[in-house]
Amino acid sequence: MKFDLAINGETRQVDVPEDMPLLWVLRDVVGLTGTKFGCGIAQCGACTVHLDGEPIRSCVTAVSEVGTGAITTIEAVGETDVGRKVQAAWLDLEVVQCGYCQSGQIMSASALLKATPEPTDADIDAAMSGNICRCGTYPRIRAAIKSAAKA
Amino acid sequence: MTKHTIAPTYGLVDEKTSAAISRRQALKGGGLMLAFLAVGRRKAHAAGEEPSLRAIGDGSMDTGDAFEGFAPGGFIRIARDGSVQIIAPNVEMGQGIYTAEAMLIAEELEVGLDQVTVLAAPPNEELYKQPLLKSQTTGGSTSIRGAFDPLRQAGAAARLMLIGAAAERLGVPAAELTAERGVVTHAASGRTLGYGDLVEAAGKQPVPQDVPLKKKADWKLIGTPAKRVETASKVDGTAVFGIDIKLDGMKVATVMASPTRGGTLKSVDDKAARAVPGVVDVVRLKNAVVVVGDHYWAANQGLQALTVEWDTGENAGITTDKLFADLKQAADAGTPILGRREGDAPLALAGAAKRVEAVYELPFLAHATMEPINTTIHVTDDGCDIWVGTQVPTAAQAVAAKRLGLPLEKVRLHNQLLGGGFGRRLVADSIEQAAEIGKQLSYPVKIIWSREEDIRQDLYRPAYHDRISAGLDENGRPVAFLDRITGGSVLGAYLPGGLPEGTIDSDAIEGAADTPYAFPSVLVDWVRKDPPIPVTWWRGVGPTHNVFVVESFMDEMAEAAGADPVDFRMSLLKENPRAAAVLRVAAEHAGWGSELPPGTGRGVSLHGAFGSFVAAVVEAAVGEDGTVALKRVVAAVDCGQVVNPDTVKAQVEGGLVFGLSAALFNSITFADGAAEQANFDTYRQLRIDETPPMEVHLIDSDEAPGGIGETGTVSAAPALTNAIFAATGKRLRKLPVSDADLAGASAG
Repeated sequence: MKFDLAINGETRQVDVPEDMPLLWVLRDVVGLTGTKFGCGIAQCGACTVHLDGEPIRSCVTAVSEVGTGAITTIEAVGETDVGRKVQAAWLDLEVVQCGYCQSGQIMSASALLKATPEPTDADIDAAMSGNICRCGTYPRIRAAIKSAAKA
Repeated sequence: MTKHTIAPTYGLVDEKTSAAISRRQALKGGGLMLAFLAVGRRKAHAAGEEPSLRAIGDGSMDTGDAFEGFAPGGFIRIARDGSVQIIAPNVEMGQGIYTAEAMLIAEELEVGLDQVTVLAAPPNEELYKQPLLKSQTTGGSTSIRGAFDPLRQAGAAARLMLIGAAAERLGVPAAELTAERGVVTHAASGRTLGYGDLVEAAGKQPVPQDVPLKKKADWKLIGTPAKRVETASKVDGTAVFGIDIKLDGMKVATVMASPTRGGTLKSVDDKAARAVPGVVDVVRLKNAVVVVGDHYWAANQGLQALTVEWDTGENAGITTDKLFADLKQAADAGTPILGRREGDAPLALAGAAKRVEAVYELPFLAHATMEPINTTIHVTDDGCDIWVGTQVPTAAQAVAAKRLGLPLEKVRLHNQLLGGGFGRRLVADSIEQAAEIGKQLSYPVKIIWSREEDIRQDLYRPAYHDRISAGLDENGRPVAFLDRITGGSVLGAYLPGGLPEGTIDSDAIEGAADTPYAFPSVLVDWVRKDPPIPVTWWRGVGPTHNVFVVESFMDEMAEAAGADPVDFRMSLLKENPRAAAVLRVAAEHAGWGSELPPGTGRGVSLHGAFGSFVAAVVEAAVGEDGTVALKRVVAAVDCGQVVNPDTVKAQVEGGLVFGLSAALFNSITFADGAAEQANFDTYRQLRIDETPPMEVHLIDSDEAPGGIGETGTVSAAPALTNAIFAATGKRLRKLPVSDADLAGASAG
């Protein structure tokens, strides 16, 4: 089935099954591999992208649900003010270890700061607790979000 | 906002020019350590017996000779344009080794970290054999311990050759020249030459046989919190992990292996699977079935549509209860193998004023790296290409070559960034499986295990049943320490030839036989009971298991002696100043002994492993309903001389989270021979809202560098359960904590 997707400001036509999760459309059809596969059941957040600015788990979002919504992935989040600040804070505080979950962490953090420019610890807990990091970078993620909020 | 000028500075050794690193060039170094080649004899550090993570086979191969420039050995290449490439002998899996190894070379080569590109080493035992592990392997917290001297020497030798070339060119004595940021300067005349101008002449210089290294006081890079070289690519989606490989004509496959370990494929009805749009092929292996699709979704939908029958094999009846009953029986009736004996501990125990005894049990654990297991493979008439992130590039190459019936040099393995290792990628089982799949297909295929497959088909950290006892004199001082460990042999599972029966597995006793404490008598032994389930290394290896038991029991001994846990430990550390120092620093920063709210406790742990010493204090609160909340963690670390202090802190923080996560929540259990956990809903991980503030304090040290990647994980569990004891009076001798009923136990 054909879909016209608005990905990172461009229209991309894809011909895929309608129940195919957006994650695999992005990775295996469009070729944007920055968005990661971690669990397939919305438990880890590695696949987080923005749909009209809201964070969604692309591994459980069927391509047919996306419609004409604007999809932003890790490859383009740096083109927004908030995304750029988050990426810079991540590097300043050396958040990253293996890095595999960090695309999703950064997408969740960017959405949080867009909605809540000065998040409390409770706001950070609520927005970020869906993103697992096996390297254990959580203390630095928290610090980097606060740092980005001040930038 | 800080500007990051460290642009893309890592990558793969590019195929056409890769080369440089030929055997002939490496050997030019003669006796000098330009590659790891000649350093096998060096005993790095007196940290007890080093783990023997020996790789399977010897994957020596010549990688060609196409690089034009100065390539003195395996680690450094300088091109005519002056660009500097550093080939990191160890793989990057988050531990920051690309940066740390580049710092070691850059320090002596006199180039800035911003001037270098770091490349993954190709499989080549001749050049990249890790001195401590005796193979091209990244694991066991050995990388810096092995690389600290050789990489600095390689950098210094290259610098001396460049300066020698400049001296000839300028007609001045080498002693009048200095090098900085890739430029040789003759201060007296003001003349300069860039490294790029010198590459041909430098290659003709004699290799210096005596290379003095800089003094610590002169270091510019080592010891600084330098920015990581590869992280910029990890925040904008451009980093390439194994799972991100894209090739022309590539298909994507996913696998279902026999849920019962040891089971085989009996029959497959693939009619419905082949009808799924996008499904391309169905491949049968001895113990697995594979569906290939245009994309992962098609492959996975196809896999779900299969009707599969298994011959479940002899493990069909395995349950967790049976596995633990087997361990208990082995502990009762098995023949122990001696690990360490000092004095006559059984006699001292028999005569002790007070005896303390306990049984501890630890569960099987999965690795659950964030990047699920995957391999991309293309088998052609001309050999085979493999793209994967592995901790054992040569072993992976060798096992693929064997499966494909190819000579080693026909298997080209392209190592990628690893989305987590933790020991899982020390085993090439999935790469062997990929070879079996690839040889049945004519096109390149990326094989991705689902998370469910990744957890169910993992090679687990073994379960243990340990009986530990101590005798105290009338003053509460230990007179005897005995620990009988019962469990499977990880070393035996890992070594190609296995571990002969009756031989001690150094991993099984590490952290128990070599505690930091001065006990008057010690008896540590091990009863080998290999489970029918495959096992392997897991972050923290032997010490993660043994230090939990020993450090929990130290608190039990302190309780029996009526002593404070920190004071009790300190009284046994008079001959171990480094251990005493980390304990003191951690206790001070944690506010040990100060008042806490009701229902909250502090617990401590201490260990000396991997050539480092770490003390940790965990503060935890136990609610009325028994839920455990982590409040604060303070760690003090002496890992000798530090290459990158920020990376050391990050590794300890991350290691603690990894260990706390497992201690709180994780066990792999079995029913009908199959693992009962499959994804992050049933194998749950610590999340940000559950992670407490952490402090890591580094002790300034001139000792030889110690390992760091595993240390935090080792510290975590005992500090946590000791904190729970302090909060509730309830001693947890089994993990995970979530299996314990702590409701109503809280003193609050």
